[in-house]
Amino acid sequence: MSVPRYWRNQVPRYRLLGDKCKACGARYFPAQPVCTCGGTAFEDYKLAQTGEVVTWTVIRSPPVGYERYVPYVVALIELDDGMRLLSQVVDVDPADVKAGLMVEAVFRKVREDGASGIIQYGYKFRPVVE
Amino acid sequence: MKTLRQVGIVGYGAYVPMYRLSAEEVNRMWGTSGAPVEEKSVVALDEDTVTISVECAKQAVKRARINPSEIGAVYVGTESKPYAVKPSGTIVAEAIGATPSVSTADYEFACKAGTEAMQTCIGLVGSGMQKYAMAIGADTAQGRPADALEYTAACGGAAFIFAERSAETVAYVEASYSYVTDTPDFWRRAKEMYPRHGNRFTGEPAYFKHIVGAARGLLQETGYKAEDFKYAVFHQPNTKFPITVARTLGFNMDQIDPGLVVGKVGNTYAGSSPVGLAATLDVAEPDERIFMVSYGSGSGSDAFIFTTQDALKEKRGGPKMSSFIERKRNVDYATYLRHRGQIIQ
Amino acid sequence: MRRVAVAGLGLIPVKEYWDRSAQDLFAEAAMKAMKDAGTDKVDSVYVANMSGALMQDQVNMGALAAGALGRPGLPAIRVEAGTASGGVAFHEAVKAVASGYSDCVLVGGVEKMSDVLPEYVNTALAMSEEQEYTAYTGVTKAGLSAMLHRLYLDLYAEPAEVGMMAVKGHDHAVGCKHAQYPFRMSIERAMDSPMEADPIHMMECSGVGDGAAALVLVPAGDSGVEVAGSAVATDCCSLAARKDPLVFEAVRRAAEKAYGMAGVKPGDIDLAEVHDDYTIDGVLSLESLGFAELGEAAKLVAGNATDKEGKIPVNTFGGLKARGHPLGATGLYQLVEVALQLRGAAGDHQVPGARVGLAQCIGGLASVSAVNILRRLGP
Repeated sequence: MSVPRYWRNQVPRYRLLGDKCKACGARYFPAQPVCTCGGTAFEDYKLAQTGEVVTWTVIRSPPVGYERYVPYVVALIELDDGMRLLSQVVDVDPADVKAGLMVEAVFRKVREDGASGIIQYGYKFRPVVE
Repeated sequence: MKTLRQVGIVGYGAYVPMYRLSAEEVNRMWGTSGAPVEEKSVVALDEDTVTISVECAKQAVKRARINPSEIGAVYVGTESKPYAVKPSGTIVAEAIGATPSVSTADYEFACKAGTEAMQTCIGLVGSGMQKYAMAIGADTAQGRPADALEYTAACGGAAFIFAERSAETVAYVEASYSYVTDTPDFWRRAKEMYPRHGNRFTGEPAYFKHIVGAARGLLQETGYKAEDFKYAVFHQPNTKFPITVARTLGFNMDQIDPGLVVGKVGNTYAGSSPVGLAATLDVAEPDERIFMVSYGSGSGSDAFIFTTQDALKEKRGGPKMSSFIERKRNVDYATYLRHRGQIIQ
Repeated sequence: MRRVAVAGLGLIPVKEYWDRSAQDLFAEAAMKAMKDAGTDKVDSVYVANMSGALMQDQVNMGALAAGALGRPGLPAIRVEAGTASGGVAFHEAVKAVASGYSDCVLVGGVEKMSDVLPEYVNTALAMSEEQEYTAYTGVTKAGLSAMLHRLYLDLYAEPAEVGMMAVKGHDHAVGCKHAQYPFRMSIERAMDSPMEADPIHMMECSGVGDGAAALVLVPAGDSGVEVAGSAVATDCCSLAARKDPLVFEAVRRAAEKAYGMAGVKPGDIDLAEVHDDYTIDGVLSLESLGFAELGEAAKLVAGNATDKEGKIPVNTFGGLKARGHPLGATGLYQLVEVALQLRGAAGDHQVPGARVGLAQCIGGLASVSAVNILRRLGP
């Protein structure tokens, strides 16, 4: 994994930071260079940290780099601010995941570049702990 | 030790992962019958000291109700850094939004690395150098298979944000003290996977000597006695030691009970007494005095006196230590090995 | 713009070709197509290939293919649009002839998936997704389709109804010489198979195979098979950004354009080759192509309407599931199959009187789609 590639996505991943078009207010996560309205001026937008599961799957046949974690749940999550994103759902038995499960963002390891490469972190979601 | 301007805790957070390995399961594996704790916490596949530290830090920032960009220091104390060289503190600082105007470093002093970080943060804030400084003690402790410490080497941590004492702080620091000698009771060489220890040597010449030394030093300096405290938190490597040292120093079970979580989660090493402090703050009322003494092998102890304030009751929302303690799933020994990365893949 | 016709077609069976290279396979299909066209006066080459860069460390396949055909010097490029590479390459070839720039274009697709381990196939497919916020979650193409599959089951259909997409494909593949799995598969077998990515069962997923297929395009005359409509469209890559996850907007947009160009409606289509890499993708493709209302396509398939004798025959040689899905080549297998049908040369798979056929493929989670419509000219 390219270090610069990982590094430039750190802050958006660590803080769930997207952006918002100054012209029309459309929000994006991840940020993108040009808005659908044509605008190119954006401001930071911090996503809500809690939401619910819309739909999900259990990955049993992983891509390269994720073998150590199978089986794991990946879900389409709708956050409390209406933004949606894809993320793993952890700290839960796959059998207990269902649509509407309330979840909150957590900071977790995503993968490692072998024993000598960098450790890649990012956001995942877990059932809300009260 | 006292600061020029008084320092308080403006926010705190604590965490243990949800998986548990019971002493019973360890005994099943090795045909033994020990029970220094009931069970210990085990990280999920995707957790490490950095993720635990970030979890604690985020809770602390939320409770503190401060702008994280104003945090001027993030110090992480641990003996299980994911990188041998690359600070955990920078990842935590970046994750919570404290960068770039921040000082960070990782501390190592076995189980008292977290309280070392606390001493430093108290100094930074007390001197006026920083408005907010965060100290974290967290570990994913390595337990040697079939060793006595396998029952207890656990995962968890706590974070404390220090600020000048004000109406916003939940507790203030009355005084602190450090007592350190070179005592090799427990160590790990750089390329080794597991630490080694001196077995019974870790008791009297190590744990007890330094905790008692720091405790008596602080009590003498401040003129307090054990009965002046509502609560006491001691480093908790197992259930027996903190109860014994409490008794030696004149503290009773009611005082140490809220902070004594080791039976349920094991020894979270650099998180050990910090987690105990957090658990105590979770239930304390305002105007109560808390005595805390950590212990780190090598060896040394940091002792603190905190007094709670009115803000405590309304600034400890969100999940408490008890929520994380109760959120649990027991795993078998094989799953434990998998989670600890001890299966060669 | 000129009208374009299919002058020649060629394909090879989908299977594991351990001892042959991508150039070998490409050349074989290409030579068949040129022989079938009765000409080798090809003036340019489009190579559809998705994962040669990952699987064979090979880019610049256009030049490589030209050389493999004994024609170094020919204008040649590789076209890549994930698993829609074949249909999109065809579209590019059509534009080259329609514009008048080229007079005889060879468009061929090839993929050699058997060279890599299964986790690399998963990775290759995930490379069509946005890497930093979609692929980074560890989701696979199967996982993405599975999420849609679950939504679809919650709202519209039973697992076995969606599963019939694969069963029908297998029914149509029986006796097909170029199919990877030319045998029937029962719905029980499919539903009993282990989970690939919950709730998708393994036997609802296309397999891993190598293959190559090619066509020769020329200006159209009065007879043969012409390209009646050809369009490519995209949709936002991120499932999270889509208004309705169960609508393949890219397919809908491309289909609307292609139908418009051909002057036809879905009801005028005599057969369709659609993208069923997973059963749900086939089902949603049918809906986005307008062959069924939202939520109705699984029932359409389960109700036999897509059988060879049905109202709208689908995947007449087995589709991606049973004929096979060599990634970049797939879109061209579909087009060869449609052309065979329109020529009346489909043998036991023939849809009687077929005059207008549609081929649709997608790339990524339908973030790109090519819809090509062919029509028989003359009587």
